[in-house]
Amino acid sequence: MVIEVKGLSKRFGDIQAVDNISFNVEKGEIFGFLGPNGAGKTTTVRMLTGIIKPDNGQINILGHDMIKDPIKVKEKIGVVPETSNAYIDITGWENMMLTAGLYDIPREDAARRSKELLEDFDIYNRRNHKVKGYSKGMKQRLILCMALLHNPLLLFLDEPTSGLDVQSSIKIIEKLEKIKKEGKTIFLTTHNMWEAEKLCDRIAIINRGKIAAIDKPRFLKEITEEMKKIEVTFEEKPDFERLKRVIKEPIHKIEDKNFIVESEDISDIILKIGEFAMENNLKIKSLNTLTPSLEEVFIKIVEGE
Amino acid sequence: MGQLNRALTITKKNILIYYLKGPVIIFGVLIPVFFFLAFIAGGKQLPWSFLISGLTSMTIFFTATSVSPVIMPWEAQMNTLERLIASPISIYAIIVGDILASICFGLLITIIPIILALATNVTIMNPLTFIIGVILASTCFSALGTLLSTPRTNLPSNIMMLSSLIKFPLVFISGIFIPLESMGWGSYIALFSPLTYTMDIVRYSMQGIHAYPINIDILALIIFTIIFFTASVKLHEVNIPHRI
Repeated sequence: MVIEVKGLSKRFGDIQAVDNISFNVEKGEIFGFLGPNGAGKTTTVRMLTGIIKPDNGQINILGHDMIKDPIKVKEKIGVVPETSNAYIDITGWENMMLTAGLYDIPREDAARRSKELLEDFDIYNRRNHKVKGYSKGMKQRLILCMALLHNPLLLFLDEPTSGLDVQSSIKIIEKLEKIKKEGKTIFLTTHNMWEAEKLCDRIAIINRGKIAAIDKPRFLKEITEEMKKIEVTFEEKPDFERLKRVIKEPIHKIEDKNFIVESEDISDIILKIGEFAMENNLKIKSLNTLTPSLEEVFIKIVEGE
Repeated sequence: MGQLNRALTITKKNILIYYLKGPVIIFGVLIPVFFFLAFIAGGKQLPWSFLISGLTSMTIFFTATSVSPVIMPWEAQMNTLERLIASPISIYAIIVGDILASICFGLLITIIPIILALATNVTIMNPLTFIIGVILASTCFSALGTLLSTPRTNLPSNIMMLSSLIKFPLVFISGIFIPLESMGWGSYIALFSPLTYTMDIVRYSMQGIHAYPINIDILALIIFTIIFFTASVKLHEVNIPHRI
C-alpha cells in the first residue's frame, strides 16, 4: 500500500473541510480524487503532502507516518500544486538546481537528470530563460520536471491541466501515462472528467469533506444503473407523441429521426420500441445502449448527497 | 548534513533572488547614510570616531534586517512557500537559510563604513573583538528579521510597516546618536535593545570606550540571538500553514 488514510479530518473555523475520510492507494495506480469546488480536495492533498497538519486521523505514506515523520515522506514524494510555484525571477535551470538542493541531490546527478527531464518535457532549449517569460504550459511542465527530479515513488498532482490549452493538456496527460508505465503511483485531483476517465485506475469522489464514492471508473458508472440510456435512430421521422405514450418513459434529445430514452429496464424499452416500429411500419436504422459518462455519474453522486 | 545542505540552498536562493538586486543594495546603504548625514547636519559636535562607529552599527542593523522580514510573506504571496514546505526541509532549516543569507548581506554592506573609517584614519584598536561583534550583531539582527516576518500576513507592505515601527525606535534608544552615559533614564530602556550592545562593541573597537564590559555585550547579543531565533522558529511553525 502506498497511501493509507484513516479517519482524516480538518476544520477551518466553522467549516469542516475534510470530515473523517479513509482510503488506500495501491502501488502503481493512478488514483483520481474528484470533487466540486470547496469539497476538500486541496485540503486533503495538503495534508497528504505534509503542508498542513490534520486535526485527526492517520496518514501513512510509503511506510512512514506523515504526521510523525514528514521529512522522510517528503523525500520520497513529488508534488505538483494547482498554481505554478516556480521562482519566476530565475531561470528554469536554476529552479531545477534549487530543487536539487532542497532534495540534497548531488550536483552531477542533478545536472544529468535535469537535462533528461527538461529535454523529455520539451523545455531544455529554454532552460536559461527566466521563468517569468514561460507560457503557462511551459511553467506547468517545469513544475512537473521539478517534482520528478528526485525520482519520487509517489506523485501528487493537484489539477495539473487546469487552465492549460488543449495541446499542453494532452502533452501533460501523455507524460503522466509515461510516468505510470515507469511504475510510479500518482494521486491526481482534477475537474476534468475526460482526463480522470482516461487516466485513473480508481476514483474517489469527495463532496462536502466526505468520500461519497470510491471505485474503478466502470464500477462507478454501474452505481447509476437507473441512468442507462438507449439512443435510437429511425429511417423516417416517427410520431414522438405516440412513441412517448407507448414506452412510458422520458425521451430526451429528440432530433428529427433520433432520440434518447432513459430507463431502468432496458430490455423492456427495446421490446416496446420494436413493437412501435412494427406497428408504424418504421425501420430502425440504429439502436445503441449508452453507459453514463463519468461526468454524469459525478453530477448524480454530488447532487444526490 | 541533509538539513544543513538544504539550509545552504535556501541561502543561495535568497541571495540570488532577493539580495543581488541593485535597489536592495542601494537601499541597504542609503538608510544608514541618510541617518548619519541628518545627524551631522544637526550640528552636534561629536568626535568623528563616535559618528563612524554609529554609522557602522546602523549599517549592520539596517542591512541585516532589510530583506529577511519580507521574504516569507513574499514567498507566500508567490506560492513558492508551498513548494518549500512540500520539500523535505524543516522550518528550522528554512529559518537558518534565511538568517545565513541575511548575515552575508549585512557583512558585505558593512564593509563600506569600515572602509570609510579606515580611509579617515579611524583605527580599529581591537580587530578581533570588532570582527566577533560585527558577526554576532549581524546574526542577531538577521534572526530579528526572521522574527519580524512571523505575523500571518502575506502582504510584504504590512511587514515593512511593522518592521519600521520596531526598527526605527531602536536606533534612538541604543546610544547611536547620544552616548549611553548621557541618556539618563533612557539608558535603562537601552538595555532591552540588541543594538545597544552592538554599538558598545563597535565603539570599544574604534574608540576604546565602552558602557558595559565587552563580555556582557557579547553574551547579551548571543542571548538575544537565541531568543529571536527560537521565537521565530516556533511562531513560523504555527503560522506558516495559515499562510498557504
